[in-house]
Amino acid sequence: MKEKTAIQELVKGIWDENPVLVQLLGLCPTLAVTSSAENGLAMGLAATFVLLCSSFLVSMFRKMIPGQVRIAAYIVIIATFVTIADRFLAAFVPDISKSLGPFIPLIIVNCMILGRQEAFASKNGIGRSLLDAMGMGLGFTFTLLVLSSIREILGAGTWFGMRIMWESFAEWGVMSQAPGAFITLGCLIAGANWINARRKA
Amino acid sequence: MNNTAKIIIVLTLLTVISGAVLAVLDSYTKPRIEAYQNQLKNAAVAEVLPQNVKVESTEKEDFTYYTATKAGEVVAYAFQVSGGGYQSELVVMVCVTPDFSEIIATKVISQVETPGLGTKIENDPTNKEHPTWFMDQFKGLKINPTITYVKNAKPSKDTEIQAITGATISSAAIVDILNKQIKTAKAIIGE
Repeated sequence: MKEKTAIQELVKGIWDENPVLVQLLGLCPTLAVTSSAENGLAMGLAATFVLLCSSFLVSMFRKMIPGQVRIAAYIVIIATFVTIADRFLAAFVPDISKSLGPFIPLIIVNCMILGRQEAFASKNGIGRSLLDAMGMGLGFTFTLLVLSSIREILGAGTWFGMRIMWESFAEWGVMSQAPGAFITLGCLIAGANWINARRKA
Repeated sequence: MNNTAKIIIVLTLLTVISGAVLAVLDSYTKPRIEAYQNQLKNAAVAEVLPQNVKVESTEKEDFTYYTATKAGEVVAYAFQVSGGGYQSELVVMVCVTPDFSEIIATKVISQVETPGLGTKIENDPTNKEHPTWFMDQFKGLKINPTITYVKNAKPSKDTEIQAITGATISSAAIVDILNKQIKTAKAIIGE
């Protein structure tokens, strides 16, 4: 495989290898917390923070961590940063922390993060791993923001809490419930595949 | 160095460092989180108690309660009750009449129930006019003999409330917590 340039390493996570739309990783928080744009953005940023820090450490110690216990080591590193993010949110933005509920601690089991450690950070240098993590994090945050914006606008008529739909707009209640998450995500993935298929053709 | 020793050293070091980092972090965030919880609690006490009363807090047998007096006469007691919900601990501030026969008001202080279902006990976004309808049902509710709930029907008795569709367990947990702990509180405060 041809070596990617630094820019390609960063950009691939945003579209070509988008963690949600292409790799279908980290779907649990994607589906669960995207009922409002604020929650989607906060979840995306928290996951990006954890991913960046974990990739940095895993890449730095990749030659010291014995192969047999690498997964356990990654989990300890990831869990540490998740706890930092969780406590930090609870202390400084308690309202967001409250509405994200158990999904912040659950970033620990987000496959996107563990997946990047196993597939990338454990095999590449610190610089490349950080670029990769940044790209994946941005891709994740961007997708969650789009998904949660669609759901909030249609489901509640608001965006980041501000009313943007016209007065007589009837909210689609289903969009703020679980089925709305599946429907919107399905449409987004279909859209991404359609665009990619046309680009290749 | 053989591999087993390396595994032990690496994992031990990792967990020790992780523990140390989290301990330091906790000492910074804990006071802030506690201050926020206290602030919520005080706001909840102020919200459930009647207006223009003198509030006094008392601690008895590890149980804190707030007595509201007006012109020297007790008009209400407020205290915190808690218990298991569907997937989280439910903490509720409740205010009752001095004879423990009627609930004056309630307020959910903390809950992490299923988003979109159990969370309706605190805030129901599907009910635009009245998002706090569930807890508001407890206003003026009679406590004796026991509080009960009905599903998919309007309450018919003065000790009855309507459970949330899709969140019966969370609804039932609130009713159960109130039934048991108001009696416990009565025993402690009444002494």
